Parts: sequence; C-alpha cells; structure tokens
Amino acid sequence: MPENILEIKNLVVEYHTDDAVIHAVNGINLTVEKGETIGLVGETGAGKTTIARAILRILPTPPAKLRGGEIFFESRDITGLSEREMRKVRGNKIAMIFQDPMTALNPIKKIGSQISEAIMLHNEISRTEAERRACDMLETVGIPSERYGEYPHQFSGGMKQRVVIAMALACNPELLLADEPTTALDVTIQAQVLEMMQGLKDKLGTSVVLITHDLGVVADICDCVAVVYAGEIVEYGRAEHIFDGAARHPYTIGLFNSLPNLDSSERRLKPIKGLMPDPTNLPKGCKFMQRCPDAADECGARSPDVVEVEPGHQVKCFYAGVNK
Amino acid sequence: MPALLEARNLKKYFKSGGGLLHAVDDISFTLEDGKTLGVVGESGCGKSTLGRTLLHLLDATDGQIFFEGRDITNPTKEERHAFREKMQIIFQDPFSSLNPRMSVSNAIMEPLILHSKLGKDDIRAETRKLMDTVGIARRFENAYPHELDGGRRQRIGIARALALRPKFIVCDEPVSALDVSIQAQIINLMLDLQEERGLAYMFVTHDLSVVKYISNDIMVMYLGQMVEKAPAEELFRNTLHPYTKALLSAVPVPSLRGKKKRIIMQGELTSPVNPKPGCRFMARCQYASEECERPQNLEETSPGHFVSCHKYKEIDAAKGDAV
Repeated sequence: MPENILEIKNLVVEYHTDDAVIHAVNGINLTVEKGETIGLVGETGAGKTTIARAILRILPTPPAKLRGGEIFFESRDITGLSEREMRKVRGNKIAMIFQDPMTALNPIKKIGSQISEAIMLHNEISRTEAERRACDMLETVGIPSERYGEYPHQFSGGMKQRVVIAMALACNPELLLADEPTTALDVTIQAQVLEMMQGLKDKLGTSVVLITHDLGVVADICDCVAVVYAGEIVEYGRAEHIFDGAARHPYTIGLFNSLPNLDSSERRLKPIKGLMPDPTNLPKGCKFMQRCPDAADECGARSPDVVEVEPGHQVKCFYAGVNK
Repeated sequence: MPALLEARNLKKYFKSGGGLLHAVDDISFTLEDGKTLGVVGESGCGKSTLGRTLLHLLDATDGQIFFEGRDITNPTKEERHAFREKMQIIFQDPFSSLNPRMSVSNAIMEPLILHSKLGKDDIRAETRKLMDTVGIARRFENAYPHELDGGRRQRIGIARALALRPKFIVCDEPVSALDVSIQAQIINLMLDLQEERGLAYMFVTHDLSVVKYISNDIMVMYLGQMVEKAPAEELFRNTLHPYTKALLSAVPVPSLRGKKKRIIMQGELTSPVNPKPGCRFMARCQYASEECERPQNLEETSPGHFVSCHKYKEIDAAKGDAV
C-alpha cells in the first residue's frame, strides 16, 4: 500500500462577510501519496488557493470559517492542532510557494537571512550553521551563494521565485504547496523553474500539490490531476485519465476545448458559455449545470455523486459513466 | 495602394540611469487592412512600447510611421486628435484600465463625447449598440467596474476601442489576465469584429498558442529588436532563429503525447541599456561564437520570412545532420 502523506476529507470552507456567505470550498476529498505531484486545476475563484491555505491553516479568520472536514497529514488530523503545534508543522513539514514572488519576499531583509530565518526557527542550530545551509539551498536552486547578502529588488522575477522556492524547501518539507509558482513568469523562465522543481522533487522525494490554471504545466510535471470547479473536485485521475481526450467531465472537456488548437483549421475557439456561478448563491444541483452542453433535468435536482469510471478515475457527473 | 500601417526603422529609446534604454530598436514592418500582426517576446522585450509608439502614446525617437500612406511621425495636435479615431488600443489589464468611478455606459460613451459630433440621444443609442456588439447585457449599463468580472471588463475595453470605428487596434495582451474559458470567448469576439469591420490588429502577447491562432504574420522581438518575422504557419513549421526555437519549445503543451525535448535557455534577458553591437541574444544562445559580436541584418530567407542571425543556416544544417 502506498503511504498517504495527505488526506483531506469532506473539507468545507466559507467566507462570512457582512452581506453574504461565500461558499468557497464545498466538500472536497483528496488524497496525496508520498512522493507524488498532484495538480489542482481550475479557474479563478474555483477555491484552489483556499484549499491550500486551509491545509496550512493560514486562512484569514474571520472572514474564513472552516465549516467541516478533516485534514490528515502523516495520519494526524491537523485541523485540531493548537496554533503552537501547528507552527512546528508549518514551514517545516508543510511549506508553501506563493504565487507572486514580487510580494512574497520581505523587501528590506537580505534574501539569505530570510532563508536562514526559516531554518533557525525549526532547527536547534547555530546562526553560522543556518547560514551555511541557506547558502547550500541557494546553490541548489541555481543562485550563486555570493548573492546571500543581496536584497529582493536586486533579483529578477525568475530569480526571486527561486529564492522563494529555496525558502520553502529549506527545512526539507514532506509536502510542498505550490500556488501558481510560475504564473507570473515568462515561458522561458517558467521552463527553467519547472525543470528545477522537477529535479528537486526527484532528489528530495517531496510530495507536491501544484495549484495552477495552466493545463500545459500540469501535463509537464503532475502525476495526478484534480479539476476544481466552484469549490468541488469535479474530476480526479492520473494524468493519463485526463489528458489527450480521456477526460469525462463536461467541464474538463470544455477547458480543453477552450484552448487554441494548433492543428485545427477552424477559425473560432470553442469557449465554455457563461460564467462560473456566484459563490454566494450556488445552484442546488450540479454547479456546472448552467454552462453544461449536456445538462438534463436531473442535474438541477440534486448534486451528482462521484462515480469511478475506471480504477482511479473519478468524475462528479450523472452522465460520466454513460458512453456518448 | 499603400499599406494601412507601416513602420520604418522605428526607434524608441528611454533615458535611464546608466544610459539609453533601447526599448524599440530599428523595427520595420507593414500591416494590411483587415490583417493581424502578432508580436511576441518576453517581458521587457519592448513589444508594448512598440504598440504605444505606433499610436503616439509615446513619441518615437527616430524612424517613421505611415498610416494609410500618410507620414504621421510628427503630427500636429489636430492631426493626432484625428487619427486617434482610426487607431485605438485595448489594454492588458481590465482591472486597472477602467476608471473605477465611471459607470459602464459612461466609460463606453467617453470616446464618442470627445470625438463624434453626435447629439446626446444618438450617443446614448450608439452606446447601447456597442454594448450589444461586445455582448454586455443592458442591465449592466449603470454598473461600475468593480461589480464586473474580468471578461466583462475586457468587453468594455473592447467597446471603448470600437466606439469611433477605428481601422487599426493595438491589442496589448488583451486576454492574458483572463481564464481560458473566458479567454476563448473574448478571442472569438475579436475575430468576429475583425471580419465584420475589416479591422487590422496588432496583437501583442507572450502566449504563443493564442498568437498562432489569431495572426497572419508573427514578429518575434528580443531586447527591442525584431529577430524573426514570418507568416504564422511558416514561423511554427520552419523556425529559424535560435531564440524563437527556444521560446516555442518552452510553451507547455496540454498533452502527454509527443513530449518534445525542451530547449532550456540559460539566464535571462540581458540589460537593454546601452547594448553592444552584434547579436543581443548571444549571451543565452547555445550556438553563439565570435562572429555573433558583429552587427547583423535582417535577411529574407523565403518570401515574407525574415531572420536576423549570423548562424541560422549552420544551425539548420546541423539539425538536418542530427536527423
């Protein structure tokens, strides 16, 4: 049996504002095996980042409220941990790479000391030892250690993201949450960073949850894919269950169809019609129903169950099992 | 008949701390009515500056711009006002390009008030027509930008650009801030509008799959210079410049099949301040040699396909050998 590093059960997160309740995450189940890279794919507002923040327990509370569910990390439910205990996990066993490297670093601290700070916080070691390890980390991500004493503004975007990655990996975490780590970067720099992440993952055996909206990035480095829509996982499977026409959920299929197809001679793209439903006022049944080309009456009545269409490939749709 | 738009040796330099920043350096091209020129490159390569210089949002340092055969490089105030009606821009970020205190209809109406001689009622009617054209429901007439999602905001940006019935629109990363499903809606809208109105686009983007889809010709820029330009199909099929090759290979493909070997470029863009003569891509190029330090010219290798590289023939031959 492969060991599960992370197991999320029925996670529900809401944001309570003065006017309304935003249903950001609506009953998510997700398992990450040790050493595996899983891609959380979805559009803006689907709840991807909220899931990552819930795992790390850094949701802004209020307005966020964890309404239910359990998050098992190394078989221990971390939703019940005290803040003191959680601090030992955060940054040490679970680390996060934030989306925007331009704002994730402290502009008035040397990048080296930002890395060694994290190391000293979680390890009983001297400052010199921490600095030495921070230098090693910098070299690992491809930054010469002589740049230890420089400030964030002296680095380009791609280099800053390397610093952020070095910081996240400094304590050798078991689980890395990477929230759109390459979205702010140019494709050429993205290719460098992705290759580096892949290399580090192979070397250190870290499990990764990669949050992205780019299916191309997922195809590059993920073993498994979870497609998130309106706070639910609508499709989950190994990469080969999702790509190259294997996807079964109409939303996932729609996402692929929206991409410019370089071989197609058609002069128009095929977008998904409409918009994601308002998270303060979600429809009762299937949340994708209004945009779905195959919707039937049944879809509006109740939320579809998750169906396993083949081993390891789950789809939350009434018609997923039906061959079209 | 003259081309709709022509740039001749266009340059835009900025003064910066260390000297002159060569944002656009000696760019020439022509664009015909109803066609699309895609401009691609990394951030900082000067692609946005090029678009803005063409529209006189920035004044050119040197070179000439012709529109419908007329030299518009140094316009008078009146001329500038007049050709604004014919040349418009759609900005990248629909979150910051709209005045947050202006309602949807006021935002769309603004160019009409400034330029057209229509009366109040006609302007209102025209505004509604524009909203229909770009697909914003009438109920949003009095809404403010913060109440709208990115796709709708970008539709307002498009409506503003269309209001004066221009012939040429610079589209500066118009879909980069949007989700794919919405991105496809906006691209379709832009293609529809192009067909209906015979618009010419200059489509500035870093997204190569989008640019191939929408463009007739594609120009690849690197540190202010055009390194390669070709018809869209040709550029992808017969890529010549090593930078274009690396750029194309870096695009992640949403498929598990046929993973091609990626060319990982070393380092990042070098500084565009006081560049040395010779190839600017040299520092990152795996084929670079001494001869690349010499200045180089654009060479037309087949009709419409231009490349600026001393070694493209060698590289092409080497590739042939390897296969």
